[in-house]
Formats: sequence, C-alpha cells, structure tokens
Amino acid sequence: MGELLVWPALIGYGEAAVAYAGVLRGHGSSARLGIWGVRIGWLAQTALLIVQAFDSDGFPWGTWAGALNLFVWLVVGAYLIWGCTPRYRLLGLVVMPLAAVLLVAAWAGGGTGVSTTDTSGWLLALHVGLMLAGLAGLTLAAGLAGLYLWQERRLKRRDTGVLRLKLPPLEALDRLSARTALISLGVLSAGVVVGLGSFERGDFDVPMAVTLAICAYYAVALILRREAGLRGRRFAGLLVLGAALVAVVLPLTHFAS
Amino acid sequence: MRLALVGVSHRQAPVELRERVAVDAHGAAALARALAHGCEAVVLSTCNRTELYLASDDTSDHLDEQASASLLALAGDDGAALAPVLYRLGDDSAALHLFRVAAGLDSLVPGEGEILGQVRDAFELGATGPLLDRLFRQALHAGRRARVETAIGESPASVPAAAAALAQQVFGELERHSVLLIGAGKMSELTARNLRSRGASIEAVANRTAAHGEELAARVESRAVTLDEIPTLLATADVVVTSTSAPGFVVDQATAAAALRTRRGRPILFVDLAVPRDVDPSLATIDGCFVYDIDDLEAVVQASLAGRRVEAVRAEQIVAVEAERFREWQASLSVVPAIASLRARAEEIRSGELAKAEAKLGRLPESERKLIESVTSQIVAKILHLPTVRMKEAAAGADGVIYADVVRHLFGLGEEEQS
Repeated sequence: MGELLVWPALIGYGEAAVAYAGVLRGHGSSARLGIWGVRIGWLAQTALLIVQAFDSDGFPWGTWAGALNLFVWLVVGAYLIWGCTPRYRLLGLVVMPLAAVLLVAAWAGGGTGVSTTDTSGWLLALHVGLMLAGLAGLTLAAGLAGLYLWQERRLKRRDTGVLRLKLPPLEALDRLSARTALISLGVLSAGVVVGLGSFERGDFDVPMAVTLAICAYYAVALILRREAGLRGRRFAGLLVLGAALVAVVLPLTHFAS
Repeated sequence: MRLALVGVSHRQAPVELRERVAVDAHGAAALARALAHGCEAVVLSTCNRTELYLASDDTSDHLDEQASASLLALAGDDGAALAPVLYRLGDDSAALHLFRVAAGLDSLVPGEGEILGQVRDAFELGATGPLLDRLFRQALHAGRRARVETAIGESPASVPAAAAALAQQVFGELERHSVLLIGAGKMSELTARNLRSRGASIEAVANRTAAHGEELAARVESRAVTLDEIPTLLATADVVVTSTSAPGFVVDQATAAAALRTRRGRPILFVDLAVPRDVDPSLATIDGCFVYDIDDLEAVVQASLAGRRVEAVRAEQIVAVEAERFREWQASLSVVPAIASLRARAEEIRSGELAKAEAKLGRLPESERKLIESVTSQIVAKILHLPTVRMKEAAAGADGVIYADVVRHLFGLGEEEQS
C-alpha cells in the first residue's frame, strides 16, 4: 500500500520538470509551480521512505533500485536547500528531470517496495547513507556546473536574451559548485571510513577501488582549483565529467552482480 | 461621487509644453491644497506628465472645468498652446489611466521603475478623501502587482544599464568588484555610474588626455592613470569599460594575455563602447574573458525592450482586473446611503421594541438585559446581511440605484423626515 506513495512523488517531480521547462518559454508563474512540485514530490517520497523503513526487516535500500530511490530523495533534498531561493530555482531544469527518470528506474527495479535483502545493521545503514549523500551532493555539484557551462556559453555567444532569462551569476555558480563538491567529498570520505569499520583483510575489491578512485578524482580537481587556478569552464567540465563517470561506473561495479 | 482627471503627457505634448506645467513636490502639495475646496485633489507631476485628479460629490462638469482651468493657469502665457493637448477623463477611464500609469504602462519605456514612487509621493502630498485615497492605494497595489507578477521592469532599457546588468550576470553582487575605465567619454561615465549604483568601485580612469581623465576620476571617486598602466590594471580590474577614439585596438591579445595569466582563472568582462572598437574581439576566445561591443549591447537592449512589451500585455490584464475592482467599489458607494438608512431604521425599531419590553417585564438583571440586547442585535444583523450584500452586488452591475430606491420605498426610509 505504501508503494503507492511513489506516484505522488513521481507526479510532483514530473510536474516540476515540466514547469521549469515552462520558465524557459517565459511563463512567469512556472517557477512557482515548479517549486511546489518539488516540495510535494519530496514530501511524498519522504513518506514512502518512512513506510519502507518501518515495513522492512533489514536495511530497505540495499539493492541498486532501493539505493537509487534513496539517492533521488537525497538529491532532491539537497536541491531544495537552494531551490527555494529564486536565484537558484533554474537548477531544477537539470535536477528535476533527472530525479523523475531515476525514480521511475528505481520503481521499475522494485526499489520503492518492501526490500527482501538480508542486509542489516546500523554500520551498513550509516555507510550506505553517507555514500549516497556524498554522491547526491556530487550530482548536485554537476548540476550547478552544467548550469555554469550553459550560462558561460550564453555570455560567450553574446546571446541577446541573456538578461531576459536570468541564470545565477557565473562566479556564484563556480563558487557554489566547488563548495558543494568539497562538502560532498568530505561526506563520501566519511562513508568510506565507516565502511572500513567492517573491512577485513582480503576484502579489497573492484567496488572499493572505484570508490577510492572517485574520491581521488574529486580531490585532485579541488586541489588543482586551489593551487593552479583551475576555475570556470575547465573546473565545471571536470565536475560534469566526474558525475558522468560515477553514473556509469559505480552501478556497474556495485550492483552488476 | 465623481472622479475627474485632466492632464498633459509625453504622448501628446512636447517637452516645451510639459515643462510649463511641471511642478515640484512643494508646488504639487500647494496646488492640491488650493484645489481641495469642497473636493479631493492630487497632483501628479513627473518629467513625462502633469495630471490633476479631483473627486467630488458634484456630478456636473464643474469638476472638469476647475481642473482644466488650474492646469492652464499653470502654463501662463502658453495656456492657449496647451489647451488642445490636454486630455480629460472621468470615473472608470480616469481610474484605469492612473492604474496604467502606476504600472509603468503609460511610460516612455514600458515598466520603468520610478513612476511607482512618484505616484506614491503625489498621493502622500495630495489632499485626499475617501475616493482618491482608495483610488491611489489601489493604483499603487496594481503597480506593485504588475512588477511582481510580470517581468516588465526587470530587464535594462539602456546601453549603460545593460552593461551593468551583464556585469551582474558574470559576478553577481558587485560590491567587491572593481572597474577600469579606458577613455573619458559620456557613455563611459554613464556606465560607470550604473556600475557604481550597483556597488562596484571604479579602480582607475585611463585616458590619453590627462585633464579629462582627472575630471572624470573626480566625478566617479577614482584616480586618473595613463594608458601605459592598462596592462597592470587588467590583472586586478573585473570590468573594463572602454570608449576611446583610438583608431586601433587599445586592448589587444598581446596586452591582455599576460595580464589574464595572473588572474588565475578569475573572469573579466570587457564592455567596448567605442567605434572603432578598442578591444580585440578575439579576446573572447580566452577562458573567462567576455567581450561585448556596442552592437552586442544594443541588441541586448532591444531584446529587453521586446521582452518588456510582451510582459506589458500581461501587466495590462492585471491593471484591468484592479480597475474593475475599483469600479465595483465606487459603484457600491451609490447604495451606501440607502444601506446606512436601512440599518439605522432597523436599529431604531429594535431599540424601541426593547424599551417597550423592558417596561412590561420590569427591571431585568444586567446579565439578562445584555443577553437580550445581544440576541436582538444578532437577529437584525442576520436579517440585513443578505440585502446589504445583494445591494452592493447590484450596484456593481449598475442596478444599484433601482435597488436603493426599492429599499427606501419598501421600508419607508426618509418618509418620516419628509413628513
């Protein structure tokens, strides 16, 4: 019964995605409709996760689909922090279609129902929670970077409509995407450290190596930004590329079996 | 009550005539007070218009004549030239006009922001009563709605404003950002003023003629430098505004490349207002380097103005809704005396009957007396509620006078006074 909550969440996210597309066509009230879609969808998904947590015997988000469900909730939750301010509302153009598609994938994979996995324990829950929160943050950073690249392209091309459809300022996007990536890297690293709590000699495998490589990738990008002035387009490109790599590689290594 | 408007604006009158009837804040307040004998008066005077709003119970044309005469008197000897370009509007048309003015729909540049403040000032300085008070409050509300619910006032309408808005698109808040002016032309100064009004500081003014550079530097609270210092300043300035008459590029690839390397990826915006251009357009290929020439800025302004015109259509709808609400309120005034008489009559009957009952019942305890008072008042209020609402609705639909007459006849209102 609780699984039905996925529908209001999906409708909310879908409506938000459509409404933000409407902003591009100059419909002034679309942004307001969009943010309400995000809020209602997120509340519905929160209720869904609570129902899952109560109804499951073990950790309910251990499967790839379950993890995706939790991941979407974290991404949209993180977006709500900025999405509620008019300045960053258009970040929803990047985030909400992605959230809607991923939630559909989670639902199709059975991640919105009651999990039958036998994994449990608070350490695992904390590990998965931190890892997913870190990845959600990195996705959001990639969204901000995507917005940066779009805005930069408009300014470079001297788009005449640049002042009609206002995106957040370039510098703010650059700074915020870097900060988001830095915090997310911290959370991701904390997840790795918690994971090491249950680590035993001989456990080191491909998923662990990939996770460490992801951490190293973002750490190098942030160090280059600080030490070598790697900002703007090139840094945004690294964040988008990093998120794309994570999206392709991580599911393959963690859930392929 | 009747509302009358007489005015002159940029739509019909050239500046030579408008300036003859323009008054400052003190003049507007004095004129409003002078006109407000037996009526309400507000004088709205801006660089684009001077308008007199009068409201009175007098339903004859006297109000229009009084307003016209006052405006023509202001023009003095030019009164004859002014007469053909005056416009006279009454009641609904006058209200709609003010609402459009407050929303910036009657301005030279649609949606310009200053007019709303000017309407507020005129209202505060006017001699208002119930009608003009309601009219101006609702006009201010309509103006605010038009600006909040549409994007009519958001985009810039001039090249300097567009340049400043572009700088904000790159840097956000400009408080911690500096500007380098190359050339001391008029456009350069206007752009600098726009940037300063948004928080930017002018780091230096570089000009070939030192005296002109120093003059402009003094006006924008900056310092004058020579053109040789440009490469050094490019490393620190975030916005570079150029407007020299030099035949070639003042900032070319070679000059900029070295400076930009030291910026460590911080973006820089070049606003090139000069013809021929001062900034090598190929600089735009460098990461973090944005170059806008005068044609680019003109195109941005034209797109902004086109956007404002689109938004103006939506703002007109808001204004029409607000004007209709005002019309309904004004129409409801026609039934207010009948409603007041009806309520007074009902209260008279209630208190009379209560007094009779008290005489028969003898002295009641205070608590019981209060209870009876309360119950009878509620009965009267509930009986009269629906007729009151219906009369106001009928008034909005132009049947108010008929309803008021019927109520007066049915309840014999005013007959006792006549007899």
